[in-house]
Amino acid sequence: MRQPSDSPPAPALVALLSGGQWPCARAARILALLLCAGLVSACNDMVEQPKLKPYSSAEAFDQNAEARAIPFGTVARDEPERIAALRTPPKVDAALLDRGRAQYEIYCTPCHGLAGRGDGIIVERGFPPPPSYMEPRLRAAPAEHFVDVITNGWGVMYSYAARVEPRDRWAIAAYIRALQLAGAGEMADAGGEAGR
Amino acid sequence: MAQLFSARADLFLRLGLLALVVLPLTMAVSGFAYYRSSYYTGVGAYVQQPVPFSHRHHAGELGIDCRYCHTQVEKAAFAGLPPTETCMTCHSQIWTNAEMLAPIRASLATNTPIRWNRVHDLADYVYFDHSVHVTNGVGCSSCHGDVADMPLMAKAEPLTMGWCLDCHRDPAKNLRPESEIYNTAWEKPADQRRKGRALLAHYGIRKDHLTDCSVCHR
Ligand code: HEC
Ligand code: HEC
Ligand code: HEC
Ligand code: HEC
Ligand code: HEC
Ligand code: HEC
Repeated sequence: MRQPSDSPPAPALVALLSGGQWPCARAARILALLLCAGLVSACNDMVEQPKLKPYSSAEAFDQNAEARAIPFGTVARDEPERIAALRTPPKVDAALLDRGRAQYEIYCTPCHGLAGRGDGIIVERGFPPPPSYMEPRLRAAPAEHFVDVITNGWGVMYSYAARVEPRDRWAIAAYIRALQLAGAGEMADAGGEAGR
Repeated sequence: MAQLFSARADLFLRLGLLALVVLPLTMAVSGFAYYRSSYYTGVGAYVQQPVPFSHRHHAGELGIDCRYCHTQVEKAAFAGLPPTETCMTCHSQIWTNAEMLAPIRASLATNTPIRWNRVHDLADYVYFDHSVHVTNGVGCSSCHGDVADMPLMAKAEPLTMGWCLDCHRDPAKNLRPESEIYNTAWEKPADQRRKGRALLAHYGIRKDHLTDCSVCHR
């Protein structure tokens, strides 16, 4: 067995370092070796892979964006289900009201306010005030009306169809009904009548 | 025979040998320090945006929910950045002449999306998913800091592998109830240990596989 002390340096290294006749050839080789090492660490291809992630740019496409515009007339795979969900009101229960409340507080409170009186913080900052849900006209309005306003917008209010799923629109409508009942001071169990 | 090397050359030789040992060491140490530093990870550096959008203003003072703009965060891997139309739900009526918002109006008029500069950008070989975290008790501020107090967006955490693993090894210390996920000012309660264990069971998190390489490198 060889002692570690007299083990020769790796043959490749010996060849490399002793190969040249002149010191400058040797230096050149070492330099080349260092350069290779530098290059290997510089091309870290896996960090920037030639694949498209959301929001990466793609020169081949319109506007240099990775997301392509959907061609006119395209029908989404789940389009029939979405249309069906928009047409059929779900059963109003506690879970639907909870969902409605959560969604209402994300998308509607900034303008309509927590209690639906049209006094949200954005209105305080100068947005045209929406009507209070306590108005007789809106109390009498069917749930479909609220779903329709969310889907298509109303006056200066934009459509929220891109952000609120069809089922959630019904959930919000049910929650607005619950707000109206609570606002009228009725002690009725909101769950029972909210689907009206 | 005359001496081959002068005393001076001997000194240089010794210094050279010393340098051979010391230089790689300092390089290794400073290299390591560099990769850990905020210069490399970008923590705390503000990123200039086409419109100086302020989270402090919108999410903090106005209290708009994160999901009003980052709609996908509960449902998909990608949190989603708001399209121009989302800004216009409010700015079609307020601050309609503000100079700062000119790029937004131009974007709407010409139907050209605004290109927000990315603040967080993981290496392409890492797989990350928002929904799995946000629906399992990990709040925005555990990874993004107190966003509702940021005038401009900056990275609050290094997003290195070590940082991800620190939580994946022991998620209980960072878990919070559903009601606090979007509260960026949330602080750990004094009995986080006990609460965390309960939340681990509540969300049904199996932490044994969370450190497998294939979770993040697929
Ligand atoms: C950016 C502010 C804003 C937000 C957010 C907002 N609305 Fe409105 N909404 C308005 C304004 C303003 C009006 C009045 C529009 C008009 O009459 O021109 C209005 C009107 C309405 C009306 C009354 C329609 C009628 O018959 O008079 C309903 C119902 C409604 N919104 C529901 C919603 C729901 C549900 C949400 C959440 C998904 C929501 N709004 C989010 C501003 C907003
Ligand atoms: C009014 C819309 C709006 C709201 C509300 C909002 N954001 Fe944002 N967010 C944006 C826009 C626009 C950007 C892109 C510009 C930027 O980075 O500042 C952004 C960027 C971000 C980024 C950085 C993305 C990147 O490039 O890596 C994070 C993280 C973020 N938001 C988190 C949050 C959190 C957490 C909340 C809730 C507390 C929130 N946002 C609320 C509009 C919003
Ligand atoms: C829910 C309503 C709402 C939405 C959505 C919204 N903003 Fe604003 N924004 C406001 C209000 C209200 C103000 C003015 C606050 C005040 O009066 O103090 C404002 C002010 C601003 C200002 C200038 C004032 C400042 O100090 O920052 C900019 C820039 C701005 N918004 C950009 C945006 C961009 C970009 C988006 C889309 C990503 C956006 N906003 C979405 C409500 C909104
Ligand atoms: C477990 C850590 C973690 C949590 C929790 C988290 N994020 Fe992120 N977020 C990240 C990482 C990592 C990225 C960078 C993703 C990339 O580069 O692919 C990111 C990117 C983003 C972006 C830029 C767009 C994108 O998806 O790449 C936005 C916006 C964002 N986060 C918002 C939020 C909001 C809002 C919440 C809370 C509801 C949240 N994040 C919770 C880690 C987290
Ligand atoms: C603050 C805690 C925390 C941080 C930081 C964190 N994670 Fe997680 N992550 C979790 C928890 C908790 C789960 C488990 C969710 C579950 O059980 O479904 C998880 C799950 C995941 C999953 C899905 C695992 C599966 O079941 O397939 C991926 C992928 C992931 N994390 C990637 C990352 C990456 C990449 C980072 C760093 C950029 C990161 N996480 C940072 C807490 C965290
Ligand atoms: C919780 C998520 C997560 C898990 C689990 C994970 N990684 Fe990583 N890994 C990352 C992230 C995030 C980075 C990017 C770090 C950066 O950009 O600084 C990374 C980077 C790396 C790199 C490249 C380092 C560099 O600086 O170039 C290697 C190699 C790697 N991981 C190997 C592994 C191996 C092997 C395992 C399993 C033992 C593993 N990873 C498990 C998240 C993870």
